Amino acid sequence: MFFLECPWCGERDESEFSYGGEANIVRPATPDTLTDKEWANYLFMRKNPRGDHVEQWNHSQGCRRWFIAERNTVTYKISKTYRIGSNQDKKD
Amino acid sequence: MQTNRLPTGGRIDRQQPLKFTFNGKSYDAYHGDTLASALLANGINLVGRSFKYHRPRGIISSGAEEPNAIIQIGRGATSEPNQKATQIELYDGLQAEVDKGWPSLSFDIAIINDWFSRLFSAGFYYKTFMYPANFWNIYESFIRKASGIGKAPTEKDPDTYSHHNIHCDVLVVGAGPSGLMAAKTAAESGARVIIADEQNEFGGSLLFSKELIDGKSCQKWAAEQTAALNGCREVTCLPRSTVFGYYDYNFLTILERCTNHLGERVSGRDRQRLWRVRAKKVILAQGAFERPLVFCNNDRPGIMLASAVSNYINRYSVLPGKRAVIFTNNDSAYQTALDLSAAGVEALTIIDCRAENLSSDLVKKVNAAGIDIRYKSLITNVKGSSYVKAVEVAMFDETENIVINSEKSLIFCDLIAVSGGWSSSIHLHSQAGGSSIWDEKRCCFIPGDSKQENISIGACNGAWNLNDCFSEAIKAGQSSADYCGFLPITINNPETESLNTNPIHPLWRVPYRKAPEHLPKQFVDYQNDTSVADIHLAVREGFNNIEHVKRYTALGFGTDQGKLGNINGMAILAEKLDKPISEVGTTTFRPAYTPVSFGACAGEDIGSLYDPVRKTALHDCHIERGSPFELVGQWLRPWYFPNSNETLDQAVHRECLASRSSVGLMDASTLGKIDVRGPDALRFLEKIYTHNIASMDINKCAYGIMLGEDGMIKDDGVITRLGPQHFYLTTTTGGAASVFSWLEQWLQTEWTDLKVYLTSMTDQLSSIAVVGPNSRKVIEKLDCDIDLASKSFPFMTMKSGLLMGIPIQIFRVSFSGELAYEINVDSNQASQIWEFLMEVGEEFNIVPYGTESMHVLRAEKGFIIVGQDTDGSVTPLDLGMGWLLSNKKDFLGKRSLSRSDCQRKDRKQLVGLLTLDTKTIIPEGAQLASLETVNGSYVSYGHVTSSYFSPILGHPIALGLFQNGHSSHGREVVAITSDDKKIAAKITSPVFYDQKGERQNA
Repeated sequence: MFFLECPWCGERDESEFSYGGEANIVRPATPDTLTDKEWANYLFMRKNPRGDHVEQWNHSQGCRRWFIAERNTVTYKISKTYRIGSNQDKKD
Repeated sequence: MQTNRLPTGGRIDRQQPLKFTFNGKSYDAYHGDTLASALLANGINLVGRSFKYHRPRGIISSGAEEPNAIIQIGRGATSEPNQKATQIELYDGLQAEVDKGWPSLSFDIAIINDWFSRLFSAGFYYKTFMYPANFWNIYESFIRKASGIGKAPTEKDPDTYSHHNIHCDVLVVGAGPSGLMAAKTAAESGARVIIADEQNEFGGSLLFSKELIDGKSCQKWAAEQTAALNGCREVTCLPRSTVFGYYDYNFLTILERCTNHLGERVSGRDRQRLWRVRAKKVILAQGAFERPLVFCNNDRPGIMLASAVSNYINRYSVLPGKRAVIFTNNDSAYQTALDLSAAGVEALTIIDCRAENLSSDLVKKVNAAGIDIRYKSLITNVKGSSYVKAVEVAMFDETENIVINSEKSLIFCDLIAVSGGWSSSIHLHSQAGGSSIWDEKRCCFIPGDSKQENISIGACNGAWNLNDCFSEAIKAGQSSADYCGFLPITINNPETESLNTNPIHPLWRVPYRKAPEHLPKQFVDYQNDTSVADIHLAVREGFNNIEHVKRYTALGFGTDQGKLGNINGMAILAEKLDKPISEVGTTTFRPAYTPVSFGACAGEDIGSLYDPVRKTALHDCHIERGSPFELVGQWLRPWYFPNSNETLDQAVHRECLASRSSVGLMDASTLGKIDVRGPDALRFLEKIYTHNIASMDINKCAYGIMLGEDGMIKDDGVITRLGPQHFYLTTTTGGAASVFSWLEQWLQTEWTDLKVYLTSMTDQLSSIAVVGPNSRKVIEKLDCDIDLASKSFPFMTMKSGLLMGIPIQIFRVSFSGELAYEINVDSNQASQIWEFLMEVGEEFNIVPYGTESMHVLRAEKGFIIVGQDTDGSVTPLDLGMGWLLSNKKDFLGKRSLSRSDCQRKDRKQLVGLLTLDTKTIIPEGAQLASLETVNGSYVSYGHVTSSYFSPILGHPIALGLFQNGHSSHGREVVAITSDDKKIAAKITSPVFYDQKGERQNA
């Protein structure tokens, strides 16, 4: 069971959180100009890396804030967590 | 008579005699015994029948690896199946049963399986019970009965169990010499330590060892260390506690058996407690398992692990046999020889497969004691079918690794102590993701790299002597304390006797000249009756991966999880495949290390605490009127309101007609309610809802749907504009929480620039729907400052005001198609409003109605319920709701509606259904097929989603999804039920009643 650091509340058990999939999927500004393939790419296609993965988590049983976690999918090591829109977010 | 009890010694309390029963017969024992030691003391060693061949089996070990002595403890509700006799602490009155053997344990008719065992080879079940496939259920019940698996109680468990969450610096697993020393070092350095051991007292192997530590007996040293640890404020000592799971981020689970040792039922205390530990560092000191040796008939009762024999003699004061033979490939069994000799055994011979080598201190001691040792010898067979009577001994050619074909000698005996070497318990290290390394010298897997913050020490790291154990323990205690931020203390190794030992000779099976299948069985896994011949057969049939061989032969599948036999099995497989053992590797170690009861897993989360129950503010009003409740999500909603002896159908009939002809009252409080405000509230909702929000006037209501980005219906409800940037939304009862979270997710992760605030009002506000042609008159009877006249308060608008002095909001919306008002009121005052309405409604024969009538009324109007008439694959176009989709703006899911799949002509669309006989109610879920069959079979083109009898129409109605349904009105179809009944039906519009929708505008 993971031990995640919520950027607002601190370290908590995984059972307090819910997973939100890959982070930084940007919703297209003008969906109607996209081809079916481009739209499907936004809608369905997700990275499934063996290694580092940037993902969204929600402290759903706590402060209910969404945040970003960088997690290795092999070792399960979470190298960092940070608020969406924070400096760390923009650096990457 | 405790015939095998020694006159003195051991850790049993002879002042506390106990009685227990085994298969109905009463026996004596002492406090401090396990069930296994008590049985052996009473001369009982036939304790089971094997799984497949029903061969007699005896106690082989003294711990968690026991495969044979699997016992049912107790009777009735507190009975526990599949317990290991070696781990059951005896209490007075304990009832033990073995549910094996028919007609009796000592005479089992199914032993016939053993005589015809060639029919029961590896993969027998796969090969035999394959056909016909639907017979498996019948086969399975016979196999289960024959296998003698224990019985789970059918009554409710009267005991309580709890969960306990805790953090610590260092968790020490195992309280043998290494664990005790590591805990001491870490604790004295200042760390917060938890030390857990599965046994009733700390000490592990020290509890039966004859060695001296600092000149004291091992037992005295262990007791002193335990007392010291118990005296530390920051140390938690957990005896009778098995660390059974090691999960990510150093999260471990411990099963503490709090009262199992006190009796079958102890009131007022939890029976077991599940500890959930988050440790900064874990020290693994679980010790090692001794391996048996593999030879013909090596499963006969009377054959035991050498260390178990020593344990029974020294700790429990039980001598399990009078004439003993020891069979070994290493030195550790020589200590057992000394123990047997000291206990006064009548005859004793050591069969050692190795050549004589007097450089070992233990061998020298045994020699000096005048014990008969036969070097370069092997036991090739065991005589005696229900108990060991004699062994056949042959010479062993070490260099050629083969039995020498010379004359065999026979030694009469009633006890065979075997030792095939030791396997480190790498279970938790492996569960934590750590690698294992095959150690050629020690002949076992030892822990390799750790994937988490843990360190293995002592015997579970391949250290066999006390001196090495202590130095590893001190180092681990110091480094762990340091890791947790404490200054490590300096401790010196206690003084121990350091004995020289001779190296082990790897002997994975006795190497007969004949193939194993032409000889009496040589067992590898006792619990599943896996023999050498089975492993060889698996290889011949093409299995060459240990994971596959495991599944084909059932090696390691039992409740002991292969603790006894797996390493032998892997080595025998490696030999057959002609590969090194390191290449064959181990199977995967998974939790739980030993079985965990369902009670402990569930903890307090049972009965009323299993899931929270939500009650509306009107709950007591409904109880007063005798309503049965329906569980909707976590909500208890009134189902219907029966008059005296009315059935559900009768009540619903009356409620529906009353609501359509006069007035009904419904508790709609469970609807999700969300207050949306902030400078960007309008912009936000334009993206969420499919219709145009900007054009909505203040106090205007609108039906709105939300789509997922995939274009599918996600939820529906009413949106009301309260101000320029202030809105009030309702969601479905089931979608309340998920819609709220989903809206939050968009705001927090995508549109972070929008200033919008969402507040859930679901619990704060209650909703009462007043429904029917007389609804206006009922409210007008009350003191209300709102003008209800249709002209000033038209359909789909909202007004605020006071009703009987209580602030309320009235929404003129309708989920029934009738003239209706939904009154929102602070939940604290909801029951007053409800009772006022009931009181003044009396002259109109007002009826309260529940969820069932609500469903009928909305289905008559073709109103869908998200999640019942939709299933996540339905677009608004499929429902005929194209009119709700704005073409002037973008909204979530819009782009998906023009994807080719959403544009398919043959999509399933919402339709109404009428049965041709106008009597039969089609069961929901029935498939809708066309009249024409294809090759004699019906083809499904849709299914029924909602189906009721309509009281106002006097016939059944149904809603369903049907391919190209919008242009199929009038078409005849067949509804096919799950039990294959066929009902003729006709497709219609989904709106059955008041198709023009005039009534709600009255």
